[in-house]
Formats: sequence, structure tokens, C-alpha cells
Amino acid sequence: MLELVNLSFQVPDSTGKPKEIIKNINLTLKDHTLTAITGPNGGGKSTLAKLIMGIERPTSGRILFDGLDITDMSITERANAGISFAFQQPVRFKGVKVKDLITLAAGSKLSTAGACEYLSKVGLCARDYINRDVDGSLSGGELKRIEIATIIARNTPLSVFDEPEAGIDLWSFNNLIKVFEALHETSENSLLIISHQERILNIADEIVVIADGLVKAQGPKDSILPELLNGTEGCKFYQ
Amino acid sequence: MDQIQMTLLEQITGLHEVPAGAYNIRANGESVQRSTTAHIDIVTKEDKPGIDIIIRPGTKNESVHIPVVLSQSGLTEMVYNDFHIGEDCDVTIVAGCGIHNGGDRDSKHDGIHSFYVGKGSRIRYVEKHYGSGEGTGERIMNPITNVELAENSYMEMETVQIKGVDSTKRITNATIGDGAKLIITERLMTHGSQYAESEFNVDLNGIDSSTNVISRAVAKDDSRQLFLAKINGNQKCAGHSECDAIIMGNAKISAVPEITANCVDAELIHEAAIGKIAGEQLIKLMTLGLTEAQAEEQIVNGFLK
Ligand SMILES: Nc1ncnc2c1ncn2[C@@H]1O[C@H](COP(=O)(O)OP(=O)(O)O)[C@@H](O)[C@H]1O
Ligand SMILES: [Mg+2]
Repeated sequence: MLELVNLSFQVPDSTGKPKEIIKNINLTLKDHTLTAITGPNGGGKSTLAKLIMGIERPTSGRILFDGLDITDMSITERANAGISFAFQQPVRFKGVKVKDLITLAAGSKLSTAGACEYLSKVGLCARDYINRDVDGSLSGGELKRIEIATIIARNTPLSVFDEPEAGIDLWSFNNLIKVFEALHETSENSLLIISHQERILNIADEIVVIADGLVKAQGPKDSILPELLNGTEGCKFYQ
Repeated sequence: MDQIQMTLLEQITGLHEVPAGAYNIRANGESVQRSTTAHIDIVTKEDKPGIDIIIRPGTKNESVHIPVVLSQSGLTEMVYNDFHIGEDCDVTIVAGCGIHNGGDRDSKHDGIHSFYVGKGSRIRYVEKHYGSGEGTGERIMNPITNVELAENSYMEMETVQIKGVDSTKRITNATIGDGAKLIITERLMTHGSQYAESEFNVDLNGIDSSTNVISRAVAKDDSRQLFLAKINGNQKCAGHSECDAIIMGNAKISAVPEITANCVDAELIHEAAIGKIAGEQLIKLMTLGLTEAQAEEQIVNGFLK
């Protein structure tokens, strides 16, 4: 479904020398899988997600989506080809209402009831939120959940979530796990979730560990997760 | 009225037919239709162009519409409309001006609206400006609004100018009495080579008087805007002004807030922010499938809504 081929991304550092953030990554996501990406802060996970969505452009390498080379496609083209991305830090807007954002995401006229359904899925009492602006008046956790609701509304073949758990309270977190499980079970779509949470890793089919711009480990959950959780062995991914 | 005038009327009032309640429609420099009610009278001024709108004390849940349309190229007019609002009223006033200029001479409407709001009254005042027509003649509007709020009265003023006015210079002067409150919301968009200037002078003269002046503006292309907000706190009072602007293309915007406290218990705040659309906002909407141009339009429309 998604193939990253020799993908690299570098930026100039403070002295102007190139700094490699993604180092020749090769990675294949299978159809209809839930893949979790984990690894230490600063390892390059968010950058990889942005490369997939087209927000950053690779220095070299190719990205294939269902066999189609999307490396040179714009963000809009990739979105319309069937990729969604939930930001680690969702964007705030003055004057754009929660309902507007969900309607844009759903890509068709949406009844208030329809929009509310997506909000309820992420544990927000829809009536209180639907007509609010997606602006500074929302808390970080509320914003994050609205962001997730827009991605659910898009319902695309591939959805990328960047640390969806951040800022979300425990009760909602339990629901969030259920939401991801349901998304995974009830559709043919694939999910790519960047997370540090054991409980999210636990519902994944595949786990990829990324550190220092490299794939440090990759494989079925059952083989990767025990190693991650085992203190001494887990450490080897983080070195 | 002809089709062009009806279209203008629809743009500024949102109505497809003559309004309910009291109204006075002015077209090409003359009053063409008028209606009064048991509580609201409209009288033509004798000494100068314009009307007196007299609202009896205790008038509730009524509305007055006084739209102006100009479709004759080269027409220039100066109109005085005075609103005498009695005590304990609750009314909505809808004004507005639409100019269609299909010719090469400038068309201009300068309106001076004065509001004398009686004790305890609540007024909602909506004013919309709109221009159309392919002519090279400019569409010019220079409204002046004077507001006097008596004790414990309340006025909400909403002004909108988002299309087709080439040049505008707007001045709003207000004096606020004891316990009275004035809220102004202005929405302004300029494009092409348009110029817009908006000046507010609010004197908080009463004990516990307050005001909130909120401006949302978008300047595109080569247009220019100047926003001036002066609030004087002369008593124990609260004043707040806020200018939030999006700048695009080669446009220029200046915001000049001025607050003066002449009393130790005056609490005054001003905020002004001008900037281009945040790149991450565009990116977010593009990840939902919008093109960059569609994303821009969505953000601007939302901002001005
Ligand atoms: N555009 C950029 N310019 C400079 N440094 C960047 C840029 N994008 C990411 N980085 C750096 O690359 C590293 C990886 O960042 P990121 O992908 O956000 O990591 P993660 O999401 O795994 O925590 C960090 O050190 C970050 O500061
Ligand atoms: Mg990250």
C-alpha cells in the first residue's frame, strides 16, 4: 500500500552543513494493516509522516502509494489520492468552525447530525463543540480530538496519526484505542500511528522502531513489542 | 425600482422584497418608498437631504430599514439621517448602501447617521456596504456615524464592507453615558487598488461605561487600509479595541490604536495584529484536499464571517 524507497531528507544545520534527518529509509506498509511507529524523541518520526503527506519533500528516494509514484505530488494531490494526516500539533484557525473543518474533511455536505457522530467517536459531546471556532479557545486535548475526528471523517485508504494520545485524558484514551480498533476492523483502510503508548503499540499488526533517522527494528507486534518492553533489550533500539 | 436597484437592495439588506416594519428606501437621490408604524415615524428633513427616524419610548421588537441604492453613474450625495430613540426601546436598525457604477464618472454617497439612544434602550445597528458595475468611475462611500448613549443603554453596531467599494473613509464618534455599553464589530475586505480608512473615537464619559471595538480586516492585491481606534476613559470605565488583519499580495495595512486614561479607574486595552495567513493553516486545509487557492478562500471567508 505504501512503499518508501531509499528515502532521505536533509536540512542545512546552523553552520550550513547538511544534516541528515531521514537516512535512506526503506519501508513497506502492507494493505489493511495497522502499523505503529515508535522510537525516541527527535528520531525522525514526524518528519517521516510529513514526507508521506508531502509537507516535506525528500532530498532523495521515492514514495509509492498503491504502486503510484507520489514523490512529486503536491499535498492536495496526495490528499485526493487517499492519504490523511493528523498533525502532532493541530492547527488553530480564527473563524473556522469545528463543523466547517469536519465538513471539509468529509468532502461532502454533512448534516449536523453527521458531523456530530464523528465528534462523539472521539469522546466530545458534539452539541457543545460543533459551532465553536477551531481557535485558541479550545484546549490542547480538545483540539487533538477534533483533529482525529476530521481524519475519521475523511475515511481514506491511508491515515497517518502523529502521537494521537498526546494531551488526551485517560477516559478518552480508552475510547481512542477502541476507535482505532474499530477503524482497523471495519474497513479495508490502513493506519499508520506514531505513538509512545504501549496500549497503542499493542493493537498494531506491525511495529517499526525509528531512531536517529533509521529503521532500527521492524516486524510483527508479537516479535517487536516484547523486546521494546523488556528494559535491557528495549534499550538497544534507543542507542 | 429597476432590476439593478433590486439587486443592490438584496445585497445590502439580504431581503428579496420590501422589508416588514418601518422603512425608507432611497434610490438615486430620492426617497422612493416609505412605511411607518404606530411606534416608528420617519420624517423628511426640511433644511437638508435626509430623514429623522423617531422611535417612541417603549418600542420593542421592531425594526427599521433605511437602505440607499445608487445606480446612476456620477451621482454624488450627502445625506443626514438622525435616529431619535426613546427610553426602554429594543429595536433593530438596518442601514446600508449599494452603488452600481456602470459609467466612467465617480459615484459617491456620504451618509451622516446620528443616534440619540434613550435611557435603558437596546439597539442593534447593522450597516452593509456593497459596490458593483464594470464602469471605470469609482464607487465611493464616506459614512460618519455619531452615537450618544444615555444611561444604561446598549448598542451593538455591525458594519460590513467586503466587495466593490473603491474608496471609503469611515468615522465613528461615540459618547457613552453611565452604565451604557457600545460594541462595534467591523468587517472589511479590500482588493485591487481600493483604499479604506476606518476611524473610531469613543469617549467613555459615564461611570461604568464600556466599549469593545473589534475590527477584522483582509487586504488583498495592491489595496491599502488604515485603522484608527481612539478610546478615552474619562471615568471609571472599561474599553477594549482589537484589530485583527490578514494581509495578502502587495497590500498595506496600518493599525493605530490609541487609548487615553483620564481617570485612575479607567481600564483600557488595545490589541492589534497584522499578518499573512499562517502557512500551517494552508497546509492543514490542503491535507483535507483543498488547493492552496481554495484553502486561502476558506480562511478569508471564515475570518470575515
Ligand atoms: N525542517 C527542519 N529543519 C531543521 N531540523 C529539523 C526539521 N525537521 C525536523 N528537524 C529535526 O529533525 C529531528 C527529527 O525531528 P522529528 O521528525 O520531529 O522527530 P520525532 O517526531 O521522532 O520526535 C529533530 O532533531 C528535529 O529538530
Ligand atoms: Mg514527532
